Amino acid sequence: MKKLINDPRRVVEEAVAGFEAAHGDLVTVSHDPIYIARKDAPRQGKVALVSGGGSGHEPLHGGFVGFGMLDAAVPGPVFTSPTPDPILAATKAVDGGAGVLHIVKNYTGDVLNFETAADLAAADGIDVQTVIVDDDVAVKDSLYTAGRRGVAGTVLVEKIAGAAAERGDDLAAVAAIATRVNSVTRSMGVALTPSVVPHAGEPSFVLADDEIEIGIGIHGEPGRERITIEPADAIVDRILAPIVDDLPFASGDRVLLFVNGLGGTPQVELYIVFRRAAEALAERGITVSRTLVGNYVTSLEMQGMSITVMRLDDELEQLWDAPVETAALRWGR
Amino acid sequence: MTLNTEWAVRWVRESAKVVSEHRVELITLDRDIGDGDHGENLDRGFSAVLPKLDDLPAEATPGDVLKLVATTLISTVGGAAGPLYGTAYLKAAGAVAGQEHLDGAAVVAMLTAARDGIVLRGKAAVGDKTMVDAWSPAVEAASSALTDGLDEAAILDAAATAAEAGARATEPLVAHKGRASYLGERAIGHRDPGAQSSALLLRVAADAAAGV
Repeated sequence: MKKLINDPRRVVEEAVAGFEAAHGDLVTVSHDPIYIARKDAPRQGKVALVSGGGSGHEPLHGGFVGFGMLDAAVPGPVFTSPTPDPILAATKAVDGGAGVLHIVKNYTGDVLNFETAADLAAADGIDVQTVIVDDDVAVKDSLYTAGRRGVAGTVLVEKIAGAAAERGDDLAAVAAIATRVNSVTRSMGVALTPSVVPHAGEPSFVLADDEIEIGIGIHGEPGRERITIEPADAIVDRILAPIVDDLPFASGDRVLLFVNGLGGTPQVELYIVFRRAAEALAERGITVSRTLVGNYVTSLEMQGMSITVMRLDDELEQLWDAPVETAALRWGR
Repeated sequence: MTLNTEWAVRWVRESAKVVSEHRVELITLDRDIGDGDHGENLDRGFSAVLPKLDDLPAEATPGDVLKLVATTLISTVGGAAGPLYGTAYLKAAGAVAGQEHLDGAAVVAMLTAARDGIVLRGKAAVGDKTMVDAWSPAVEAASSALTDGLDEAAILDAAATAAEAGARATEPLVAHKGRASYLGERAIGHRDPGAQSSALLLRVAADAAAGV
Protein backbone atom coordinates (compact mmCIF):
# COMPACT_ATOMS: atom_id res chain seq x y z
CA MET A 1 0.00 0.00 0.00
CA LYS A 2 1.44 3.37 -1.04
CA LYS A 3 -0.48 6.38 0.24
CA LEU A 4 0.27 9.99 1.07
CA ILE A 5 -0.57 9.60 4.73
CA ASN A 6 1.25 10.01 8.03
CA ASP A 7 -0.76 7.78 10.34
CA PRO A 8 -3.64 5.56 9.20
CA ARG A 9 -5.56 6.50 12.35
CA ARG A 10 -5.28 10.24 11.73
CA VAL A 11 -6.32 10.34 8.08
CA VAL A 12 -9.65 12.07 8.64
CA GLU A 13 -8.38 14.60 11.22
CA GLU A 14 -5.47 15.66 9.06
CA ALA A 15 -7.55 15.85 5.88
CA VAL A 16 -10.19 17.96 7.59
CA ALA A 17 -7.49 20.28 8.95
CA GLY A 18 -6.16 20.67 5.42
CA PHE A 19 -9.65 21.33 4.09
CA GLU A 20 -10.06 24.07 6.70
CA ALA A 21 -6.73 25.62 5.76
CA ALA A 22 -7.60 25.57 2.06
CA HIS A 23 -11.22 26.69 2.27
CA GLY A 24 -11.41 28.90 5.35
CA ASP A 25 -13.23 31.48 3.24
CA LEU A 26 -16.17 29.09 2.84
CA VAL A 27 -16.29 26.94 5.96
CA THR A 28 -15.54 26.70 9.62
CA VAL A 29 -14.43 23.38 11.04
CA SER A 30 -15.20 21.86 14.40
CA HIS A 31 -12.46 19.39 15.37
CA ASP A 32 -14.09 17.74 18.36
CA PRO A 33 -16.54 16.48 17.39
CA ILE A 34 -15.59 16.69 13.71
CA TYR A 35 -17.90 18.52 11.34
CA ILE A 36 -17.57 21.13 8.62
CA ALA A 37 -20.04 24.02 8.67
CA ARG A 38 -20.77 26.87 6.35
CA LYS A 39 -18.85 29.99 7.37
CA ASP A 40 -22.01 32.07 7.85
CA ALA A 41 -24.05 29.38 9.64
CA PRO A 42 -26.49 29.48 11.26
CA ARG A 43 -28.53 31.45 8.77
CA GLN A 44 -31.65 32.65 10.59
CA GLY A 45 -34.88 31.60 8.91
CA LYS A 46 -33.24 29.34 6.30
CA VAL A 47 -33.75 25.58 6.35
CA ALA A 48 -30.35 24.02 7.08
CA LEU A 49 -29.04 20.98 5.20
CA VAL A 50 -26.80 18.47 6.93
CA SER A 51 -25.28 15.43 5.30
CA GLY A 52 -22.43 13.12 6.12
CA GLY A 53 -21.13 9.62 6.02
CA GLY A 54 -17.87 7.76 5.96
CA SER A 55 -14.80 9.58 4.64
CA GLY A 56 -13.04 8.43 1.49
CA HIS A 57 -15.68 9.78 -0.92
CA GLU A 58 -14.27 13.30 -1.19
CA PRO A 59 -15.26 15.85 -2.27
CA LEU A 60 -18.53 14.37 -0.88
CA HIS A 61 -19.70 15.78 1.56
CA GLY A 62 -17.39 18.52 2.87
CA GLY A 63 -16.70 19.84 -0.62
CA PHE A 64 -20.39 20.68 -0.95
CA VAL A 65 -20.67 22.89 2.12
CA GLY A 66 -21.36 26.51 1.25
CA PHE A 67 -23.84 28.90 -0.31
CA GLY A 68 -26.63 27.12 -2.16
CA MET A 69 -25.81 23.61 -0.98
CA LEU A 70 -25.03 22.07 2.45
CA ASP A 71 -24.88 23.95 5.74
CA ALA A 72 -22.84 21.20 7.35
CA ALA A 73 -21.11 17.94 6.52
CA VAL A 74 -20.17 15.29 9.05
CA PRO A 75 -17.27 13.08 7.96
CA GLY A 76 -16.97 9.73 9.72
CA PRO A 77 -13.91 7.50 9.72
CA VAL A 78 -12.96 6.14 6.28
CA PHE A 79 -15.94 4.20 4.89
CA THR A 80 -17.66 4.27 8.30
CA SER A 81 -20.66 6.33 9.27
CA PRO A 82 -20.11 9.11 11.79
CA THR A 83 -21.60 8.50 15.23
CA PRO A 84 -24.70 10.39 16.40
CA ASP A 85 -22.70 12.91 18.51
CA PRO A 86 -21.08 14.91 15.70
CA ILE A 87 -24.26 14.68 13.61
CA LEU A 88 -26.21 16.15 16.53
CA ALA A 89 -23.57 18.83 17.15
CA ALA A 90 -23.59 19.85 13.47
CA THR A 91 -27.39 19.88 13.41
CA LYS A 92 -27.52 22.21 16.41
CA ALA A 93 -24.74 24.43 15.06
CA VAL A 94 -26.45 25.19 11.75
CA ASP A 95 -30.11 25.27 12.79
CA GLY A 96 -31.39 28.75 12.02
CA GLY A 97 -34.81 28.12 13.51
CA ALA A 98 -36.39 26.89 10.27
CA GLY A 99 -35.49 23.25 10.82
CA VAL A 100 -32.84 20.92 9.50
CA LEU A 101 -32.92 18.45 6.65
CA HIS A 102 -30.70 15.38 7.00
CA ILE A 103 -29.64 13.97 3.63
CA VAL A 104 -28.57 10.37 4.18
CA LYS A 105 -27.19 7.80 1.77
CA ASN A 106 -28.99 4.50 2.16
CA TYR A 107 -26.42 2.46 4.02
CA THR A 108 -27.42 0.71 7.23
CA GLY A 109 -24.77 2.45 9.36
CA ASP A 110 -25.55 5.93 8.05
CA VAL A 111 -29.28 5.43 8.44
CA LEU A 112 -29.02 4.13 12.03
CA ASN A 113 -26.62 6.86 13.21
CA PHE A 114 -28.55 9.71 11.56
CA GLU A 115 -31.80 8.26 12.93
CA THR A 116 -30.36 8.29 16.45
CA ALA A 117 -29.05 11.85 16.00
CA ALA A 118 -32.42 13.02 14.65
CA ASP A 119 -34.16 11.55 17.71
CA LEU A 120 -31.75 13.42 19.99
CA ALA A 121 -32.16 16.68 18.03
CA ALA A 122 -35.93 16.37 18.22
CA ALA A 123 -35.61 15.96 21.98
CA ASP A 124 -33.75 19.29 21.96
CA GLY A 125 -36.63 20.93 20.10
CA ILE A 126 -35.08 21.01 16.63
CA ASP A 127 -37.34 20.16 13.73
CA VAL A 128 -35.50 17.51 11.70
CA GLN A 129 -36.64 15.76 8.57
CA THR A 130 -34.68 13.07 6.79
CA VAL A 131 -34.39 12.19 3.12
CA ILE A 132 -32.78 8.89 2.25
CA VAL A 133 -30.97 8.78 -1.10
CA ASP A 134 -31.10 5.41 -2.88
CA ASP A 135 -30.28 5.95 -6.54
CA ASP A 136 -28.16 2.84 -7.22
CA VAL A 137 -30.00 0.53 -9.63
CA ALA A 138 -27.35 -2.19 -9.27
CA VAL A 139 -29.03 -3.39 -6.08
CA LYS A 140 -32.29 -5.24 -6.09
CA ASP A 141 -34.70 -3.22 -3.99
CA SER A 142 -36.78 -5.69 -2.07
CA LEU A 143 -37.72 -6.83 1.38
CA TYR A 144 -34.70 -9.08 1.21
CA THR A 145 -31.96 -6.46 1.02
CA ALA A 146 -31.17 -3.27 2.93
CA GLY A 147 -32.50 -1.55 -0.19
CA ARG A 148 -30.77 0.39 -2.89
CA ARG A 149 -27.61 2.25 -1.99
CA GLY A 150 -27.17 5.98 -2.11
CA VAL A 151 -24.36 6.86 -4.49
CA ALA A 152 -23.47 9.72 -6.87
CA GLY A 153 -27.07 10.96 -7.11
CA THR A 154 -26.51 12.36 -3.61
CA VAL A 155 -24.67 15.33 -5.15
CA LEU A 156 -27.72 16.22 -7.23
CA VAL A 157 -30.01 15.94 -4.20
CA GLU A 158 -27.70 18.17 -2.14
CA LYS A 159 -27.36 20.78 -4.90
CA ILE A 160 -31.04 21.06 -5.74
CA ALA A 161 -32.35 20.87 -2.17
CA GLY A 162 -29.70 23.43 -1.20
CA ALA A 163 -30.97 25.80 -3.88
CA ALA A 164 -34.55 25.32 -2.68
CA ALA A 165 -33.51 26.16 0.89
CA GLU A 166 -31.59 29.19 -0.36
CA ARG A 167 -34.66 30.57 -2.17
CA GLY A 168 -36.62 30.35 1.08
CA ASP A 169 -38.60 27.12 0.88
CA ASP A 170 -39.74 25.77 4.25
CA LEU A 171 -38.57 22.44 5.67
CA ALA A 172 -41.44 20.39 4.25
CA ALA A 173 -40.91 21.92 0.80
CA VAL A 174 -37.14 21.38 0.83
CA ALA A 175 -37.66 17.78 1.95
CA ALA A 176 -40.22 17.31 -0.83
CA ILE A 177 -37.82 18.64 -3.48
CA ALA A 178 -35.03 16.40 -2.18
CA THR A 179 -37.36 13.40 -2.29
CA ARG A 180 -38.43 14.33 -5.81
CA VAL A 181 -34.83 14.56 -7.03
CA ASN A 182 -34.12 11.13 -5.57
CA SER A 183 -37.21 9.72 -7.25
CA VAL A 184 -36.13 10.83 -10.75
CA THR A 185 -32.43 9.96 -10.37
CA ARG A 186 -30.79 6.63 -11.18
CA SER A 187 -27.14 5.59 -11.05
CA MET A 188 -24.84 2.65 -11.60
CA GLY A 189 -21.09 2.24 -11.33
CA VAL A 190 -18.27 0.04 -12.49
CA ALA A 191 -14.90 -0.67 -10.82
CA LEU A 192 -11.67 -1.50 -12.63
CA THR A 193 -9.58 -1.75 -9.46
CA PRO A 194 -10.37 -1.94 -5.74
CA SER A 195 -9.68 0.73 -3.15
CA VAL A 196 -7.50 0.30 -0.08
CA VAL A 197 -8.86 1.52 3.26
CA PRO A 198 -5.85 3.08 5.06
CA HIS A 199 -6.30 1.29 8.38
CA ALA A 200 -6.99 -2.05 6.67
CA GLY A 201 -3.93 -1.74 4.43
CA GLU A 202 -5.21 -4.26 1.89
CA PRO A 203 -7.58 -4.02 -1.06
CA SER A 204 -11.21 -4.46 -0.05
CA PHE A 205 -11.68 -7.02 -2.83
CA VAL A 206 -9.61 -8.59 -5.54
CA LEU A 207 -10.08 -8.21 -9.28
CA ALA A 208 -7.92 -10.00 -11.82
CA ASP A 209 -5.97 -7.77 -14.22
CA ASP A 210 -8.62 -8.16 -16.91
CA GLU A 211 -11.70 -8.19 -14.65
CA ILE A 212 -14.16 -5.40 -13.80
CA GLU A 213 -17.04 -5.30 -11.32
CA ILE A 214 -20.33 -4.09 -12.77
CA GLY A 215 -22.60 -2.35 -10.27
CA ILE A 216 -19.89 -1.58 -7.72
CA GLY A 217 -20.83 0.28 -4.53
CA ILE A 218 -18.86 3.30 -3.33
CA HIS A 219 -17.22 1.28 -0.54
CA GLY A 220 -16.27 -1.50 -2.93
CA GLU A 221 -19.35 -3.59 -2.18
CA PRO A 222 -19.92 -5.96 -5.05
CA GLY A 223 -22.51 -5.28 -7.66
CA ARG A 224 -24.29 -7.41 -10.20
CA GLU A 225 -21.52 -9.32 -11.89
CA ARG A 226 -17.86 -9.57 -12.63
CA ILE A 227 -16.87 -9.60 -16.28
CA THR A 228 -13.80 -9.40 -18.49
CA ILE A 229 -12.99 -5.81 -19.39
CA GLU A 230 -14.49 -4.46 -22.60
CA PRO A 231 -14.04 -1.26 -24.63
CA ALA A 232 -15.41 1.84 -22.86
CA ASP A 233 -18.45 2.14 -25.16
CA ALA A 234 -19.55 -1.42 -24.39
CA ILE A 235 -19.20 -0.84 -20.64
CA VAL A 236 -21.23 2.36 -20.90
CA ASP A 237 -23.97 0.58 -22.82
CA ARG A 238 -23.96 -2.20 -20.25
CA ILE A 239 -24.62 0.11 -17.29
CA LEU A 240 -26.70 2.77 -19.02
CA ALA A 241 -29.37 0.30 -20.12
CA PRO A 242 -30.44 -0.71 -16.58
CA ILE A 243 -30.40 2.96 -15.53
CA VAL A 244 -32.69 3.98 -18.39
CA ASP A 245 -34.95 0.95 -18.04
CA ASP A 246 -35.37 1.36 -14.31
CA LEU A 247 -37.08 4.75 -14.02
CA PRO A 248 -37.81 4.35 -16.96
CA PHE A 249 -36.44 7.30 -18.89
CA ALA A 250 -38.33 7.72 -22.17
CA SER A 251 -38.02 9.42 -25.52
CA GLY A 252 -38.74 13.12 -25.08
CA ASP A 253 -37.27 13.28 -21.57
CA ARG A 254 -34.86 16.04 -20.75
CA VAL A 255 -32.10 14.94 -18.38
CA LEU A 256 -28.97 15.84 -16.48
CA LEU A 257 -26.16 13.42 -17.35
CA PHE A 258 -23.52 13.03 -14.65
CA VAL A 259 -20.38 10.97 -15.24
CA ASN A 260 -18.62 10.54 -11.92
CA GLY A 261 -15.08 9.31 -11.40
CA LEU A 262 -14.45 6.96 -8.48
CA GLY A 263 -11.09 8.54 -7.65
CA GLY A 264 -8.45 6.74 -9.70
CA THR A 265 -9.75 7.22 -13.23
CA PRO A 266 -8.36 10.12 -15.25
CA GLN A 267 -10.62 12.83 -16.60
CA VAL A 268 -9.72 11.85 -20.16
CA GLU A 269 -11.43 8.48 -19.65
CA LEU A 270 -14.45 10.09 -18.02
CA TYR A 271 -14.98 12.15 -21.17
CA ILE A 272 -14.73 9.03 -23.33
CA VAL A 273 -17.49 7.59 -21.14
CA PHE A 274 -19.51 10.80 -21.32
CA ARG A 275 -19.27 10.84 -25.12
CA ARG A 276 -20.85 7.40 -25.44
CA ALA A 277 -23.41 7.96 -22.68
CA ALA A 278 -24.66 11.16 -24.31
CA GLU A 279 -24.77 9.43 -27.69
CA ALA A 280 -26.67 6.45 -26.29
CA LEU A 281 -29.24 8.71 -24.62
CA ALA A 282 -29.68 10.65 -27.88
CA GLU A 283 -30.29 7.35 -29.69
CA ARG A 284 -33.20 6.81 -27.28
CA GLY A 285 -34.61 10.29 -27.97
CA ILE A 286 -33.51 11.58 -24.55
CA THR A 287 -32.13 15.12 -24.49
CA VAL A 288 -29.15 15.88 -22.29
CA SER A 289 -29.75 19.46 -21.17
CA ARG A 290 -27.44 19.67 -18.13
CA THR A 291 -24.12 17.92 -17.50
CA LEU A 292 -21.58 17.19 -14.80
CA VAL A 293 -18.29 15.35 -15.34
CA GLY A 294 -15.63 14.78 -12.71
CA ASN A 295 -14.64 13.13 -9.45
CA TYR A 296 -17.43 14.06 -7.04
CA VAL A 297 -18.35 10.87 -5.18
CA THR A 298 -15.22 8.80 -4.98
CA SER A 299 -14.09 5.56 -3.41
CA LEU A 300 -10.53 6.45 -2.39
CA GLU A 301 -8.17 5.45 -5.24
CA MET A 302 -10.60 3.11 -6.98
CA GLN A 303 -10.42 3.17 -10.76
CA GLY A 304 -13.85 3.26 -12.26
CA MET A 305 -16.83 5.48 -12.77
CA SER A 306 -20.54 5.78 -12.29
CA ILE A 307 -23.20 7.18 -14.54
CA THR A 308 -26.14 9.10 -13.08
CA VAL A 309 -29.16 10.28 -15.03
CA MET A 310 -31.74 12.67 -13.54
CA ARG A 311 -35.00 13.56 -15.27
CA LEU A 312 -35.38 17.33 -15.33
CA ASP A 313 -38.34 19.65 -15.37
CA ASP A 314 -38.33 23.45 -15.42
CA GLU A 315 -38.13 23.77 -11.64
CA LEU A 316 -35.33 21.23 -11.19
CA GLU A 317 -33.42 22.86 -14.03
CA GLN A 318 -33.74 26.30 -12.43
CA LEU A 319 -32.63 24.98 -9.06
CA TRP A 320 -29.67 23.20 -10.68
CA ASP A 321 -28.67 26.45 -12.40
CA ALA A 322 -29.05 28.54 -9.23
CA PRO A 323 -25.83 29.98 -7.78
CA VAL A 324 -23.65 27.71 -5.69
CA GLU A 325 -20.38 28.42 -3.93
CA THR A 326 -18.65 25.42 -2.38
CA ALA A 327 -15.15 23.97 -2.57
CA ALA A 328 -16.15 21.44 -5.24
CA LEU A 329 -19.04 23.08 -7.10
CA ARG A 330 -19.31 26.77 -7.79
CA TRP A 331 -21.05 28.86 -10.39
CA GLY A 332 -23.29 31.86 -10.85
CA ARG A 333 -22.01 33.88 -7.93
CA MET B 1 -17.92 -15.74 40.71
CA THR B 2 -20.91 -13.72 41.81
CA LEU B 3 -22.24 -11.58 39.00
CA ASN B 4 -21.56 -8.24 40.66
CA THR B 5 -19.94 -5.02 39.48
CA GLU B 6 -16.50 -6.61 39.64
CA TRP B 7 -17.75 -9.24 37.18
CA ALA B 8 -19.23 -6.60 34.87
CA VAL B 9 -15.98 -4.60 34.85
CA ARG B 10 -14.01 -7.75 34.20
CA TRP B 11 -16.37 -8.63 31.33
CA VAL B 12 -15.78 -5.21 29.78
CA ARG B 13 -11.99 -5.32 30.22
CA GLU B 14 -11.82 -8.81 28.73
CA SER B 15 -14.15 -7.71 25.92
CA ALA B 16 -11.73 -4.95 24.98
CA LYS B 17 -8.92 -7.47 25.01
CA VAL B 18 -10.72 -10.08 22.93
CA VAL B 19 -11.93 -7.50 20.40
CA SER B 20 -8.39 -6.23 20.04
CA GLU B 21 -7.06 -9.77 19.61
CA HIS B 22 -9.73 -10.58 17.02
CA ARG B 23 -9.59 -7.22 15.26
CA VAL B 24 -8.00 -8.60 12.11
CA GLU B 25 -10.28 -11.64 12.04
CA LEU B 26 -13.36 -9.40 12.25
CA ILE B 27 -11.97 -7.05 9.61
CA THR B 28 -11.36 -10.02 7.32
CA LEU B 29 -14.84 -11.46 7.85
CA ASP B 30 -16.34 -8.03 7.19
CA ARG B 31 -14.22 -7.47 4.12
CA ASP B 32 -15.56 -10.72 2.65
CA ILE B 33 -19.19 -9.62 2.79
CA GLY B 34 -19.24 -6.02 3.99
CA ASP B 35 -16.86 -3.11 4.05
CA GLY B 36 -14.07 -4.36 6.29
CA ASP B 37 -14.45 -1.96 9.19
CA HIS B 38 -16.12 -4.06 11.90
CA GLY B 39 -12.96 -5.06 13.80
CA GLU B 40 -11.53 -1.56 13.60
CA ASN B 41 -14.74 0.08 14.81
CA LEU B 42 -15.36 -2.26 17.74
CA ASP B 43 -11.71 -2.04 18.78
CA ARG B 44 -11.96 1.76 18.79
CA GLY B 45 -15.17 1.59 20.84
CA PHE B 46 -14.03 -0.82 23.53
CA SER B 47 -10.63 0.92 23.77
CA ALA B 48 -12.54 4.11 24.57
CA VAL B 49 -14.50 2.38 27.35
CA LEU B 50 -11.41 1.24 29.29
CA PRO B 51 -10.20 4.57 30.72
CA LYS B 52 -13.78 5.43 31.73
CA LEU B 53 -14.04 2.33 33.94
CA ASP B 54 -11.65 3.97 36.40
CA ASP B 55 -14.06 6.85 36.86
CA LEU B 56 -16.99 4.66 37.91
CA PRO B 57 -18.25 5.56 41.38
CA ALA B 58 -17.71 2.99 44.13
CA GLU B 59 -21.44 2.30 44.36
CA ALA B 60 -21.78 1.55 40.62
CA THR B 61 -23.94 -1.48 39.79
CA PRO B 62 -23.46 -3.92 36.88
CA GLY B 63 -26.19 -1.94 35.10
CA ASP B 64 -24.14 1.26 35.45
CA VAL B 65 -21.17 -0.50 33.85
CA LEU B 66 -23.32 -1.67 30.94
CA LYS B 67 -24.74 1.82 30.52
CA LEU B 68 -21.23 3.26 30.36
CA VAL B 69 -20.40 0.75 27.62
CA ALA B 70 -23.59 1.69 25.76
CA THR B 71 -23.03 5.44 25.70
CA THR B 72 -19.37 5.04 24.80
CA LEU B 73 -20.05 2.62 21.94
CA ILE B 74 -22.82 4.85 20.57
CA SER B 75 -20.47 7.83 20.52
CA THR B 76 -17.32 6.11 19.24
CA VAL B 77 -18.08 3.08 17.06
CA GLY B 78 -20.06 4.41 14.11
CA GLY B 79 -21.13 2.16 11.27
CA ALA B 80 -24.12 -0.04 11.95
CA ALA B 81 -22.42 -1.73 14.89
CA GLY B 82 -22.33 1.45 17.02
CA PRO B 83 -26.08 2.00 17.28
CA LEU B 84 -26.78 -1.75 17.36
CA TYR B 85 -24.35 -2.67 20.15
CA GLY B 86 -25.05 0.64 21.89
CA THR B 87 -28.77 -0.13 21.97
CA ALA B 88 -28.08 -3.70 23.10
CA TYR B 89 -25.99 -2.60 26.10
CA LEU B 90 -28.41 0.22 26.91
CA LYS B 91 -31.40 -2.13 27.02
CA ALA B 92 -29.37 -4.71 28.95
CA ALA B 93 -28.44 -2.02 31.49
CA GLY B 94 -32.10 -1.06 31.83
CA ALA B 95 -33.13 -4.67 32.45
CA VAL B 96 -30.83 -5.02 35.46
CA ALA B 97 -30.90 -1.40 36.70
CA GLY B 98 -30.26 -1.04 40.42
CA GLN B 99 -29.36 -4.69 41.02
CA GLU B 100 -26.06 -5.27 42.79
CA HIS B 101 -25.93 -9.00 42.07
CA LEU B 102 -27.44 -10.63 39.02
CA ASP B 103 -29.18 -13.95 39.58
CA GLY B 104 -30.09 -16.37 36.81
CA ALA B 105 -33.37 -14.64 36.04
CA ALA B 106 -31.59 -11.29 35.81
CA VAL B 107 -29.05 -12.73 33.38
CA VAL B 108 -31.83 -14.01 31.14
CA ALA B 109 -33.64 -10.65 31.39
CA MET B 110 -30.41 -8.85 30.50
CA LEU B 111 -29.71 -11.01 27.44
CA THR B 112 -33.33 -10.84 26.31
CA ALA B 113 -33.36 -7.04 26.54
CA ALA B 114 -30.11 -6.83 24.59
CA ARG B 115 -31.46 -9.07 21.84
CA ASP B 116 -34.74 -7.12 21.70
CA GLY B 117 -32.81 -3.86 21.43
CA ILE B 118 -30.84 -5.14 18.44
CA VAL B 119 -34.01 -6.35 16.75
CA LEU B 120 -35.73 -3.02 17.42
CA ARG B 121 -32.88 -0.92 16.01
CA GLY B 122 -31.85 -3.14 13.12
CA LYS B 123 -35.25 -4.57 12.21
CA ALA B 124 -33.64 -7.91 11.49
CA ALA B 125 -35.09 -11.36 12.11
CA VAL B 126 -33.49 -14.74 12.73
CA GLY B 127 -32.03 -16.03 9.47
CA ASP B 128 -31.19 -12.59 8.05
CA LYS B 129 -27.46 -13.29 8.62
CA THR B 130 -26.94 -10.64 11.30
CA MET B 131 -26.07 -10.31 14.99
CA VAL B 132 -29.58 -11.55 15.75
CA ASP B 133 -28.53 -15.02 14.59
CA ALA B 134 -26.12 -15.18 17.52
CA TRP B 135 -28.27 -13.38 20.09
CA SER B 136 -31.56 -15.19 19.59
CA PRO B 137 -30.22 -18.72 20.15
CA ALA B 138 -28.20 -17.32 23.08
CA VAL B 139 -31.38 -16.01 24.70
CA GLU B 140 -33.21 -19.29 24.10
CA ALA B 141 -30.36 -21.34 25.52
CA ALA B 142 -30.11 -19.06 28.54
CA SER B 143 -33.84 -19.38 29.19
CA SER B 144 -33.66 -23.18 28.99
CA ALA B 145 -30.66 -23.24 31.31
CA LEU B 146 -32.55 -21.10 33.82
CA THR B 147 -35.55 -23.45 33.62
CA ASP B 148 -33.19 -26.39 34.17
CA GLY B 149 -32.04 -24.75 37.38
CA LEU B 150 -28.45 -23.98 36.31
CA ASP B 151 -26.50 -21.20 38.01
CA GLU B 152 -25.61 -17.83 36.51
CA ALA B 153 -22.21 -18.90 35.17
CA ALA B 154 -23.74 -21.98 33.53
CA ILE B 155 -26.52 -19.86 32.03
CA LEU B 156 -23.94 -17.52 30.47
CA ASP B 157 -21.95 -20.50 29.26
CA ALA B 158 -25.05 -21.95 27.58
CA ALA B 159 -25.74 -18.56 25.98
CA ALA B 160 -22.18 -18.25 24.69
CA THR B 161 -22.15 -21.78 23.30
CA ALA B 162 -25.44 -21.16 21.48
CA ALA B 163 -24.17 -17.83 20.15
CA GLU B 164 -21.05 -19.52 18.79
CA ALA B 165 -23.19 -22.13 17.04
CA GLY B 166 -25.47 -19.35 15.79
CA ALA B 167 -22.54 -17.43 14.35
CA ARG B 168 -21.28 -20.55 12.56
CA ALA B 169 -24.80 -21.16 11.27
CA THR B 170 -24.76 -17.81 9.44
CA GLU B 171 -22.21 -19.21 6.99
CA PRO B 172 -24.66 -20.87 4.55
CA LEU B 173 -27.15 -17.99 4.70
CA VAL B 174 -27.98 -15.25 2.19
CA ALA B 175 -27.97 -11.87 3.98
CA HIS B 176 -31.18 -9.83 4.12
CA LYS B 177 -29.89 -6.82 6.05
CA GLY B 178 -26.85 -4.58 5.99
CA ARG B 179 -24.21 -4.33 3.32
CA ALA B 180 -23.91 -8.09 2.95
CA SER B 181 -27.45 -8.11 1.53
CA TYR B 182 -26.09 -6.49 -1.64
CA LEU B 183 -24.14 -9.66 -2.35
CA GLY B 184 -27.10 -11.96 -2.78
CA GLU B 185 -25.91 -15.54 -3.10
CA ARG B 186 -22.28 -14.45 -2.99
CA ALA B 187 -22.67 -14.05 0.80
CA ILE B 188 -23.10 -17.80 1.10
CA GLY B 189 -20.11 -19.47 2.72
CA HIS B 190 -19.10 -16.44 4.78
CA ARG B 191 -19.72 -15.98 8.49
CA ASP B 192 -21.46 -12.78 9.55
CA PRO B 193 -18.92 -10.57 11.37
CA GLY B 194 -21.55 -9.10 13.73
CA ALA B 195 -22.72 -12.57 14.77
CA GLN B 196 -19.09 -13.54 15.29
CA SER B 197 -18.28 -10.52 17.47
CA SER B 198 -21.50 -11.14 19.44
CA ALA B 199 -20.41 -14.71 20.15
CA LEU B 200 -16.95 -13.51 21.23
CA LEU B 201 -18.44 -10.98 23.67
CA LEU B 202 -20.85 -13.53 25.16
CA ARG B 203 -18.05 -16.06 25.59
CA VAL B 204 -16.06 -13.45 27.51
CA ALA B 205 -19.09 -12.78 29.75
CA ALA B 206 -19.25 -16.51 30.55
CA ASP B 207 -15.49 -16.76 31.11
CA ALA B 208 -15.57 -13.78 33.46
CA ALA B 209 -18.37 -15.46 35.42
CA ALA B 210 -16.52 -18.78 35.54
CA GLY B 211 -13.41 -17.04 36.78
CA VAL B 212 -11.40 -18.17 33.74
